[in-house]
Amino acid sequence: MQRSSRARKQPLHAHHKSQTDLSAWRKGGTIDSEKSLQSHQSANDQKYDSQEESLEQALSYFEKVQDCVALKKQSVPQKHLDAVESTALKQGLPPEGFEILLNIVLSGKFADTVNTRLLKSLIPASVIPEDSVVKAVSWLCVSKCSGNIKLLFLKWLITMFDYIDHKEQLHALYGIFFSFLQDERLCPCICHLLYLLTRKEHVNPFRIRRLLELQARMGMQSYLQALLSLYKLFCPEQVTITLPGKMKTYFKNSDGPWKAAITAVRQRNQGPSSLSQTLFLGTAQPRSRKRKWNAQLVIPASSANTNNLEDDREKCFYLYSTNESFPLEQLHTFPQLLQNIHRLEFPSQMGSVLTNPLLLHYMNCVKDESIYLRLYYWMGQMLQEECTWCMVDNPYEEEFKSFLETVYKAECFLQEGFSACEEFLYKTLPLWDGFCCRSEVLRLLSWIPLSSFSDIKSYLYDPLAQLFFTSSIYFKCSVLESLKELLQNWLNCNAIQVDLESSSLNTTLSGLVNGVAELVRFVGWISTVGLRLENNSMLLLYFILDFYEIVCDMYLKYNLPLLIMLPAGIFYPALLSMDSVNLNQLCYIMYRYRTNLVAAKENELCKKKMLQFKFSDQTYQVYNQYIIAMVGCLWTSSAFQKDIHPQGLHMDDELLSKTAVKELRNSFNIVYHPAMMGYSIQFLQQICPDDTTFNFKLIKGKKWNWYLEYLYTQGLKGLKVFIESSISRVSQASCNKAGNAEA
Amino acid sequence: APEDGAVRTLPSLRRLSRALPFGRSHGRLGVSSSGRLIVPAPSSQEKADPQKTAFLLRKAWTLYSVTPLYRFRRGRLRDYARLLGAFIAAEKQKGLAVEVGVELDIKVALSSLADLRGSELDQDALLVQLSSRSQASSKNSEDKVVWSGWFCSVFGDDLSENVPEHFTCLPLFLTHGAESYTSLVGSWFQKTFDCCFRRLAISPLNLSWMVAMWAGCKLDRAASAVELVFSVPRLAQPLDISYAIHPEDAKALWDTVQKTPGEITQEEVDVFMDCLYAHFHRHFKIHLSAAKLVKVSTGIASAQCDGIVKILHSQYLPGVLMLLTELAISQIQ
Repeated sequence: MQRSSRARKQPLHAHHKSQTDLSAWRKGGTIDSEKSLQSHQSANDQKYDSQEESLEQALSYFEKVQDCVALKKQSVPQKHLDAVESTALKQGLPPEGFEILLNIVLSGKFADTVNTRLLKSLIPASVIPEDSVVKAVSWLCVSKCSGNIKLLFLKWLITMFDYIDHKEQLHALYGIFFSFLQDERLCPCICHLLYLLTRKEHVNPFRIRRLLELQARMGMQSYLQALLSLYKLFCPEQVTITLPGKMKTYFKNSDGPWKAAITAVRQRNQGPSSLSQTLFLGTAQPRSRKRKWNAQLVIPASSANTNNLEDDREKCFYLYSTNESFPLEQLHTFPQLLQNIHRLEFPSQMGSVLTNPLLLHYMNCVKDESIYLRLYYWMGQMLQEECTWCMVDNPYEEEFKSFLETVYKAECFLQEGFSACEEFLYKTLPLWDGFCCRSEVLRLLSWIPLSSFSDIKSYLYDPLAQLFFTSSIYFKCSVLESLKELLQNWLNCNAIQVDLESSSLNTTLSGLVNGVAELVRFVGWISTVGLRLENNSMLLLYFILDFYEIVCDMYLKYNLPLLIMLPAGIFYPALLSMDSVNLNQLCYIMYRYRTNLVAAKENELCKKKMLQFKFSDQTYQVYNQYIIAMVGCLWTSSAFQKDIHPQGLHMDDELLSKTAVKELRNSFNIVYHPAMMGYSIQFLQQICPDDTTFNFKLIKGKKWNWYLEYLYTQGLKGLKVFIESSISRVSQASCNKAGNAEA
Repeated sequence: APEDGAVRTLPSLRRLSRALPFGRSHGRLGVSSSGRLIVPAPSSQEKADPQKTAFLLRKAWTLYSVTPLYRFRRGRLRDYARLLGAFIAAEKQKGLAVEVGVELDIKVALSSLADLRGSELDQDALLVQLSSRSQASSKNSEDKVVWSGWFCSVFGDDLSENVPEHFTCLPLFLTHGAESYTSLVGSWFQKTFDCCFRRLAISPLNLSWMVAMWAGCKLDRAASAVELVFSVPRLAQPLDISYAIHPEDAKALWDTVQKTPGEITQEEVDVFMDCLYAHFHRHFKIHLSAAKLVKVSTGIASAQCDGIVKILHSQYLPGVLMLLTELAISQIQ
């Protein structure tokens, strides 16, 4: 009683520093309460203020306690204990509280029940000062407290490890912690703590031997396994261990009573915690089934290179190999990658980079040919060994699929194809049934690198054409989709390369132009044949036009001096297509062709000589023929007379009259065209709702313009840009027939 | 045999699009124009000592191909042996840590086999031996070898001439002993040197090459019969046909077929096999060309399609290894 009253009379004065800290913390607490509970602001302030006061008093009381004290109900220490507990659970404790309370707990002045309650309420509001922990460890060494308290303290330390502000001194105490290992009860916790603290310099033969002795005495214990595998990670030349595959946790859940409290406090004080470090060693994922040792489709775990035997003479043998290398097992975040990028080392098995985005980033930064070569060998063997259509009796199609998928994702990430994959495709496409792992294989196609490789026809195009012609329409569409991606990837990669190295432009550019031209011609050919095989399927046409949407823009969008017109076998089916999506797309493509050709012509005329390539006159000629046919069809209703393309629509009047179709001439204009009929009917219904005869002849003059506007609002943007660019309308009033092709 | 057609028509790729520091030089299998040397001339001046390699003979070796070893250091064989020994111990008692370098049940020895190379570019062969320590008997008694395996390259220039520094090309791996040890040793090599192992099967085409090559070789002592084993596909009961020929008859036949001594072409091999088939058909009315050649054995060596070979004659050891190295490389590239 006497002591406590004295404490109350003397408010904290011994530690000026901690006092200011405390008031600062109080302020923070108030601000937080302002944020969260504005309506009850004043009441809360009072509550918190009084709470802080009592905490201050409690701390100051505990700081002064000299002798052993018994705890009685309603006593002063009981009251202070309650104050500490309630504040801790609500707001957490301020940094300077820890030293005082840890001193009390570990010095054994109170009974264990008090110590336990105090320990349980050691929840940090922000951080825990390292000094307080160091002092606590020194208390631990003099063994004033009971075994239970020691154990609880260690569990507390493990849970709070991430909240300790610095850890240098703790690392220096490594040997002290290590010596506690001999206490069998503490051993699991000490192992966990050492696991958190261990650095490479801590591992030495003496400690390894001690741990092995413990292992011999206590048998297989997960905590020893964990620590030993960490030692193995740092010093593979001194110790080794194989962890059982089914291993899940190394340390039993030692979060104790704090985890929930700490998250609650964190959330109240500053939102969700970002400090949750997961601990794991890089063991491969458990395998689904027993496999041959030499053909594990399981991608190896990224583990540190164990092939770094200490040898000073060969330090410079490998640039990235230093003693200071950062273990990959501990690389989990992008900031870690940035901080340690100078002391990272590729994993012992390169294949593991595929599933590790951080290492893929790193791969992008390091230009070392051996990386690619290691990956090449590994991936090549893996693909050949596991290929489900080359190896007889390979029942693991799902696994192979997911492997191909992983490879593809890595390629997308790196924006670069793997040469092993390219070779694999060349080797196996002739044997492929076009069914097994279809979408995976086709997607891999899109990352085949462009090269001056003259044999790409026999390795890629020939087998692909064979499959294309003999497979379903869906397969055809997928192939076109992949080839579109392929073209896009080639153009993108080149766009980057041109920016980077303009010196070797000429050689690479002509190679690129030839390669792209070959691909576009190949697609033109299979598309033409494919359309005929599939009866001008709208679906197929859609995919074909998608491809040509890139082709028609190569000059302006990708700076490539190449324009290849789409073949007549695609143009005419698209022009006479039954659905408006394709017709609209064709209009857009022709508009882009026009824009590109006009730009090329201008550059040529201005002698700007952007690139010294010149488009052949034939390209312009074909374009003009197409545009005459198109305008004749859609606008002037004169396609049968004016079309001059040899594969075009031109027909003698005599022949036409034999068909006995009325209104034949305008049957493909934007009103009567089968693809547009739906629009014109709806338009008629809107302008004359009462007329049910569908008199299409009404659409002329002013209504023709309305009709156009109507079409544009229906999303036919391709048609809009085409008409606006390629048809010069003589006068807005009498534009029913007038139209002219340019270019 | 017709089903090999697929394998043979695989294009052998000569170049990669990515500028890797190596290129593909020339196609090998199924190219009738390219010749093969039967017995390579040893490049090193000194004559190989048959005693040193005697233990490789008359054992059944299982074949693997291995991609180049990354950062393999010849000077560290003893360290590797210690690490591999500890690895095997740790794998055998999963979950228990093992100190590297202490005495263990299985002793590992790694050593170089100096005499097994062809060209200047070839690395020395590498021998791995596992022996169990005899506990009961006295210390003096020798450890019993329980497993052995060796990596080698004989005229493996196709691979080694294009590989950059830090890579060691020993594309052929031969093992003798329990598969469980093969898997442990292989896993350790895979993890440590980032290489890949694959079983090396021998196609019927290559088996026919072997029998033709070996049938024509001269032997000092009386040789055993040349035997070809065929398996008849798609039968309810497995049916194997063994076709044995007196070695002198086989040699006589080969001598009539071969045009340039010391060199063989695909065409000659085909003629040789066709003669054998015709002879067999005359007597038994069975077309062996429709069956699958699964095993050949001669006085020089025997080979099975599942990739197991036995070499009988030390004089032809380099020649056989050269052929196997070639097969291993074609599986890697």
